[in-house]
Amino acid sequence: MSATGYGWLVLAFPLAGTLALALGWRLWPGRAAGWIGSAAILGSFAASLGMLFELLDRAEDSRSLVGTAYTYADTAGFRADMSILVDPLSVFMCLVVSGVSFLIHVYSVAYMTSDRGYVRFFAYLNFFVFSMLLLILAANFVVLLMGWAFVGAASYLLISFWYRRDTATGAGIKAFVINVIGDVGLVVGAFLLFDGTGALDYAGVFEEAGNAFGRNDGQLVAACVMLLVGAFAKSAQVPLHTWLPDAMEGPTPVSALIHAATMVTAGVYLIARMHPLFELAPAAADVGAVVGTVTLLIAATIALAATDLKRVIAYSTMSQIGYMVLGVSVAAYGAGLFHLMTHAFFKALLFMGAGSVIAAMGGVQSLDKMGGFRKAMPFTFATFTIGALALAGFPLMSGFFSKDEILAFTLNRGGGYVVLAVAGYLASGLTAFYAFRMVFRVFFGEPVPEARELERGHLHHGDPANPATGEKEDTEVGFPGPEHHVAEQAWPMKAAMAPLALLAIVAGTLGIPGVTDTLEHFLEPTFEDSRFLETHPSESSEWLGLALGGGLALLGIAVAALVYLRRPGTALQLRERFSTVHTFLSNKWYFDELFDAVFVRPMAAFGRFGRSIIESVFVQGVLVGGTVGAVRVGTSLARAIQTGELRAYAFLLVSGLGGLVLYFLIVSV
Amino acid sequence: MDITWFVVLSALIFATGAAGVLTRRSPLVVLLCLELMLNAGNLALLSFSRMLGNQDGQIFALIVLVVAACEVVIGLGIIVAMYRRRLPIDVDQMNELRG
Amino acid sequence: MLFEQLLFFVAGLGALAGALGVVLIRNPFYSVLSLVAHLISLALLFLLLRAEFMAAAQVVIYAGAVMVLYVFVVAYVGGSDEPLGPEGGPLRRIGPLFAGVLFLELAIAVVGSSLDALDSTGPEVGASFGSPGEIGRLLLTKFLLPFEAASFLLLVAAVGAVVLARKRRGLEEPDDGVPTLSVADVLREEGAR
Repeated sequence: MSATGYGWLVLAFPLAGTLALALGWRLWPGRAAGWIGSAAILGSFAASLGMLFELLDRAEDSRSLVGTAYTYADTAGFRADMSILVDPLSVFMCLVVSGVSFLIHVYSVAYMTSDRGYVRFFAYLNFFVFSMLLLILAANFVVLLMGWAFVGAASYLLISFWYRRDTATGAGIKAFVINVIGDVGLVVGAFLLFDGTGALDYAGVFEEAGNAFGRNDGQLVAACVMLLVGAFAKSAQVPLHTWLPDAMEGPTPVSALIHAATMVTAGVYLIARMHPLFELAPAAADVGAVVGTVTLLIAATIALAATDLKRVIAYSTMSQIGYMVLGVSVAAYGAGLFHLMTHAFFKALLFMGAGSVIAAMGGVQSLDKMGGFRKAMPFTFATFTIGALALAGFPLMSGFFSKDEILAFTLNRGGGYVVLAVAGYLASGLTAFYAFRMVFRVFFGEPVPEARELERGHLHHGDPANPATGEKEDTEVGFPGPEHHVAEQAWPMKAAMAPLALLAIVAGTLGIPGVTDTLEHFLEPTFEDSRFLETHPSESSEWLGLALGGGLALLGIAVAALVYLRRPGTALQLRERFSTVHTFLSNKWYFDELFDAVFVRPMAAFGRFGRSIIESVFVQGVLVGGTVGAVRVGTSLARAIQTGELRAYAFLLVSGLGGLVLYFLIVSV
Repeated sequence: MDITWFVVLSALIFATGAAGVLTRRSPLVVLLCLELMLNAGNLALLSFSRMLGNQDGQIFALIVLVVAACEVVIGLGIIVAMYRRRLPIDVDQMNELRG
Repeated sequence: MLFEQLLFFVAGLGALAGALGVVLIRNPFYSVLSLVAHLISLALLFLLLRAEFMAAAQVVIYAGAVMVLYVFVVAYVGGSDEPLGPEGGPLRRIGPLFAGVLFLELAIAVVGSSLDALDSTGPEVGASFGSPGEIGRLLLTKFLLPFEAASFLLLVAAVGAVVLARKRRGLEEPDDGVPTLSVADVLREEGAR
């Protein structure tokens, strides 16, 4: 089978899974739906492997293949095919997405067991994977947009999965609205590119872009910035990031899959895919780099103060994606995508561990109420710590190599980029700190009652309540089900976490500076037209950067250990000492309030203005009233004529005749 | 005789008929006045037919005759029906179609 | 020539007098008779215009059949005199004025139409012009469709007239107070009502 054939298969498996689950939802007893969904994704992963081997069989310069199913639209000067692009970048992304998705599906099989929306959950999940793979495999902007919008819709469905929870539906709406802002940006960007190049497929656009636009051409920069808006919305970059922490309202596997491992990396993928354009428009690329840096700093600082376990991980996701955006924006594509992959592994792992802990807590997510789970959940403790080490960039873990490679590349660009790199190093120290703040607060210290109960082999069953507001809830459909949580006792959860933990440790070996460059070499055909392909930081400076990063990570962990283990009261003292900073951080830099003041309130005021002035005066008064008045006048005239008297009608008839004759007389003169 | 005479005479009869339609109150007489107007039209048609030496106009007049007969039949039928229902046979009192 | 002129004036005055009679006479019965006189005069004018068949049809159909219908209806309805005075509102008062204006307009139109042939007696036509044979030929060839349509119209009108003038219980007063006795009542058993 050809590589594109495998590509269609990659799409077909999750789509078939979605349809089978959604249409046949009554047919699947027990956990069958979960296994069907997992099998579909496993098929997708197998097909991705097929693509990989097909590509590896080909010469390096012919590893970009386009497969067209049919012509979607063909009019004068416009042609859009239903086509997929198979090249190293898309194959790499497919492997990461389908591989991680499969493990998360397996995890969900156990995690969601008692939920009444079990089949619905897997139908949504499969639909999400299909959309994401469509986005990745798209060979033109039309298909890309389809995938892009589907992903947003799937994300909305999954965040609002527990649809009886007001906070969940609100978060879903927020995510969807912000995603639509990104969709609009992407559409406008595609329009601008189409206007300049007359093409919609990537190959055509990239080919024509060099002729149609000069370097840093205004329209090209505008188009790229619009693409960035799309990327920022999907990847939760400042200022379009506020939906991501709220999205933690969804079930934990959803957080792991969509809001850590796959969907949020779509923006990174987009920038990497559009790299020929961004290299033509360095101004736009710089925007991406700066925004990425700002995001990674802001998110890291907020994560210091957040107390909700899942939100801490969510902010760390934002921060790590900031690194990736920085990487691909400074043309360190291999490094950025390397980090994307390692991050997918360890972040999914962290979320799974968090899910396990939250399970043991009976749904409570606040760090303040956790502690001492080390003995109760040894497996979760081990895997979570591995994830945290990778996240912190502990030497020789996967995150260590990938993150520091990005920063080494950035430093290597010199000039203003040095500032960005310094900010990145600073944030990596913070990352290590907040990662181990989580570890220490959850697994060390005095065991809380829930932990003690679990140590004795019982699972704590709290009253079902909304973790965000503390409201009491049912366990009906649309809420988390009864005995929803199974902690780490179910084997599918362990089966999903173990491979991820392994990968979080060893995935770094794909790109050890000076030793291995497997990943970068594999991706090279995609980026061979890059001007920066040959500009590598020297090996020694890379190792220096690694040493610096590793040192910072160790420092961060050490400080966290000092604050939370050696002197447990220090955190409170610090909080009181710097209460203004703490308030500022725990209010998430007041972004929500800023948006409220800048967008929501003016819009509401505008709406009130429209209702009171435009609607009631203009529409009701002038348009409706005017129409009614005109009709009234017309009808009263018509009624005046309709006297019912025969003579009046006769008069009208005769005067009509007279008028007609008069008209002809006048005309003939 | 010049055709003009006939045509002007037809106009005169037509106007007379119109005056009758506009002034008389009995629907019977109104119908009669309508006959006058139709006949005036017939006269004009025949005059022009003669003027052009073309018999098509006579066929037109014949068709007008047919229409006039139909109108009379229906009109008289209505008057008889009104009489049966003891409605006033007066044009001025028939205004049920007022809008 | 002189005979023709004489005939035109006699017949024209007759037609006009008949028309005025229809409009002015208060008794409908005499109005109908006046119309008969008008129609016969008109038939003479038709003859002058070499429309023999039309003249005959005018006399036979109009003055004969249609007017008899009128007379019957007037007799049935009871043609009572109606006042001629201006009681029907302002419209009725200006009716004659309106008609006068219409006549002026039409006269101007005719005279001012600058049709050359209007001031002639028309072209020479053969002896068969307007004869029943010619008209019949035209009706069955060139104007077959209008002829059939006209016959169909007459049929519809006849049916319509029958439906309109038919005696219908539903249209009349439902109960005029006169007790009716039907065969069914007679056959019904005592006390069953």
